[in-house]
Amino acid sequence: MSDRTTSVDYVPTSEPYDAELAELERTYEPHANPFWAWVTSVDHKSIGKRYIITCFVFFILAGLNAGVMRLQLARPENHIVGPDRYNQLFTVHGTAMMFLFAVPVMTAFATYLVPLMVGTKEVAYPRLNAFGYWTFLIGGVFLFAGLYTNTGPDAGWFAYTPLSGPEYSPGKRVDIWAQVVTFTEIAALVAAVEMIVTILKMRAPGMSLNRIPLYVWSILVVSFMIVFAMPSVAIASTAMLAMDRLVATHFFNRAEGGDPLLWQHLYWFFGHPEVYIMFIPGLGFVSQIVETFTQRRVFGYPVMVLSLFVTGFVAFGLWVHHMFATPIPQLGRTLFTAASVLIAVPSGIQIFCWIATIWAGRPRYATPMLFALGFIAVFTIGGLTGVMIASVPFDLQVHDTYFVVAHFHYVILGGVVFPLFGACYYWFPKITGRMLSETLGKWHFWLFFVGVNVTFFPMHLLGLDGMPRRVYTYLPEMGWGNLNLIATMGAVTIVASVAVFLVNVAKSSVAGVVAGDDPWGASGLEWATSSPPPAWNFHPLPVVTSRAPLWEEGGEMPVATGLATDRREVLITTALDAVPDNRHEHPGESHWPLVMAIAVGVTFIGAVWNPWAYVVGFVISAVAFAGWGWPRGTKPEDQVTTGRLPSAEAR
Amino acid sequence: MLQGGLRGALNQSVLEASGPQAAKVEKLWWFAFTTAAIVYVLTMAALWWATRRARRRELRGELLDDAYAEPRMTRGVTWATAATLVILLLFLGADLLVGRTLSPIPKKQPLTIELTGHQWWWEVQYADTSPHGRFTTANEIHIPVGEPVLFVLEATDVIHSFWVPNLAGKKDLIPGYTQSVWFQADTAGVYRGQCAEFCGLQHAKMALQVVAEPRTKYEEWATKQRRPAENASDPTASRGREVFLTGTCAMCHAIEGTSAGSHAGPDLTHLASRRTIAAGTLPNTRGALAGWIVDPQRIKPGTRMPPNYLKPQDLDALLTYLQSLK
Repeated sequence: MSDRTTSVDYVPTSEPYDAELAELERTYEPHANPFWAWVTSVDHKSIGKRYIITCFVFFILAGLNAGVMRLQLARPENHIVGPDRYNQLFTVHGTAMMFLFAVPVMTAFATYLVPLMVGTKEVAYPRLNAFGYWTFLIGGVFLFAGLYTNTGPDAGWFAYTPLSGPEYSPGKRVDIWAQVVTFTEIAALVAAVEMIVTILKMRAPGMSLNRIPLYVWSILVVSFMIVFAMPSVAIASTAMLAMDRLVATHFFNRAEGGDPLLWQHLYWFFGHPEVYIMFIPGLGFVSQIVETFTQRRVFGYPVMVLSLFVTGFVAFGLWVHHMFATPIPQLGRTLFTAASVLIAVPSGIQIFCWIATIWAGRPRYATPMLFALGFIAVFTIGGLTGVMIASVPFDLQVHDTYFVVAHFHYVILGGVVFPLFGACYYWFPKITGRMLSETLGKWHFWLFFVGVNVTFFPMHLLGLDGMPRRVYTYLPEMGWGNLNLIATMGAVTIVASVAVFLVNVAKSSVAGVVAGDDPWGASGLEWATSSPPPAWNFHPLPVVTSRAPLWEEGGEMPVATGLATDRREVLITTALDAVPDNRHEHPGESHWPLVMAIAVGVTFIGAVWNPWAYVVGFVISAVAFAGWGWPRGTKPEDQVTTGRLPSAEAR
Repeated sequence: MLQGGLRGALNQSVLEASGPQAAKVEKLWWFAFTTAAIVYVLTMAALWWATRRARRRELRGELLDDAYAEPRMTRGVTWATAATLVILLLFLGADLLVGRTLSPIPKKQPLTIELTGHQWWWEVQYADTSPHGRFTTANEIHIPVGEPVLFVLEATDVIHSFWVPNLAGKKDLIPGYTQSVWFQADTAGVYRGQCAEFCGLQHAKMALQVVAEPRTKYEEWATKQRRPAENASDPTASRGREVFLTGTCAMCHAIEGTSAGSHAGPDLTHLASRRTIAAGTLPNTRGALAGWIVDPQRIKPGTRMPPNYLKPQDLDALLTYLQSLK
């Protein structure tokens, strides 16, 4: 692959260019004090990195919760934890895995990767990006602070009313849950908006819609899904549930004309798309990995993209299949069954396309590829059981049993965590400049693969054998002991595999093999810049002439010049064909996003104890708003310019 | 210790159907499982073959040839997708068929049981056209074999879910809503059911038993259940009755034929006739009963029943009385 283009090949090394780089260096120079630089940073790579690390910390904490639960269930009538603690553990496990890991870790990777993959200098709305991260961090810390002070939410990650209402969940536990959801919703929504704008308006010249990498497509689809799905749960939890609990409204109180089922509809209208919001980016990871490690463009690009869109649309028509045991008219149930069955088609098509690509390509079995193959093997089982439980009669038997626990862990571990680990191995060299160890990587993969199957496969059988979910113990006479013990041993294996991964990351980030710009011989723009990339990602900007820019014959890449280097200027291109449209100056470092996030934190954390926190928070956020938007002044030479670029200059 | 209690009551499996509804779902499961297994094996075989083919070709040093590969990939993906669609539609058809046959109750006036979910026990009321025919019990449902039985489901606190896997699928009990579900047991036996919707601290220990028995035996049982509790004849039992009525017990529990009439907890009129106590948690033995009365929080932490500090002789009398409530 060394004969193919890398950044070194296309960068003209002339004196004016060196002067431009020096100027960029000054423009993007962070604050001298490293702590203050960290606090004020608006660089999508810096934010992306801390976002990824934060998500993994929450993943490990929530995983440890699951470990305690597995120990408790290893034997019947076990006494490691009581019901009160157990209910907190499983609630926080689910809440953290969904709201603090599976969705945000995808956001985190997208924050880092998307601007690089579409060939632009920054993410759209960089300050908003920083604000999203700080908000997320405050929310996540709040949840675990609750758990570790024995105030962890205990009504399930789905918090069904009336169990989660003021009468049956007194105390502050569920309030913490409701507000944590709000924090993560805000973070997810702002990230979605940034991604949509970055992808539609900031692509490198020439990257028309039909040249967007499949991973970037997947992020575009989930970002739109987030915009439509998240408000539903935000309204339900922050507005309605929190108000029912805090100021005695009656949205879900049947006795006063409210309706407990309203909660379920609002919750699952978000909750089901959420599943796809989690694993569609995983599909994107797999596409990138399969492409690179077969050295062949993924077969059926238009079909792959359409499949993502179909999944995104149909995902909004499935929510009632979580509610088949509630009063739902027969016809309605049939509609949701049909939708739930047919959503398997687009996922199936993608799997077939990857298999075809592997068949036609030259596969190399490096660790990222192993995780991609593991994804197919594990996720397919989850998909097949998903089709089964779309059937109302069958679902009514296994709904809320361990069969469903097995099903969605196969989907989420298969569809989210396998591709995610693959992505870690794949992009680690880009992010750190060093390769992860392949030996440890293979240990990690095989331990994880075995662990996941040993943990979750027996749960199918337990469910069929009548074991319900969310039970802190079971009677010895039920005969569920052995399968549970096996599942617990699997969980221990998973812990070991994640430990291997952490050791690998720790070792390799100091002593790993130094990676070049493009260690895998990949095709995408993110590999055209250095590893790790400079603060401005690209200078000059790459110009894209095909779907696999680095695999172009001739090994040279055209570039676009003309962006100012004395300010943070980005190129705005048209949505369809990515024709340069205008230049836009981005704001620099700022501490105001953090202040704003603190205002949000004061508001929602304070509101758990006193509704007046909303007023206090409003005042602080008004100050933060003013600081954030304080006019930067306009340079004299800019005062009349419209800043239109002549055209992309090809070399 | 387990005789007549928990042993033999552990039948809680989807795959050991004892009624027409569960049987149909069991068939649907085996159909779905077989199809899914075939699909999975084929997919994995295709994946394996794809990886091997590339390796073989690599050994021969062949180059990638789009003209050769593209049409074959198109064909492969198209056929695989078509097969997927056909299989999914087949499954959808099977599902609709099963769904249709399960819905209507095949009898005009079935035995009707009103089931109310409480944190964390089941209130069972047998409906009857005459008020004298009605009776109330808890956590144990007797039904005649071979007849469809209709359940009217309600809840007073939070959402619960009624599920007896050997007989039929589940249905939620939702405060403010009334739902119904029916099933039929084809063979006599004891079937265990368990709350399937998370309902708080003791969700794990909210079970019930369905005792399916021949019609005559069922009638015998029902006749006995309709009667008020017999007056305690032996002096210890009388003393126990005193303890019950003057202590805290009567504040929550009802015993027909006495002044105890509260329905905050399970009706105890015929407690001794039941196989288990504490919602299917313990066998109904003297020892278990004693342990439960003295410290229920040890057995079901969080349960609404408080600990009872009774003098030994009072406890003994109370147990004798409760065990006389046949």
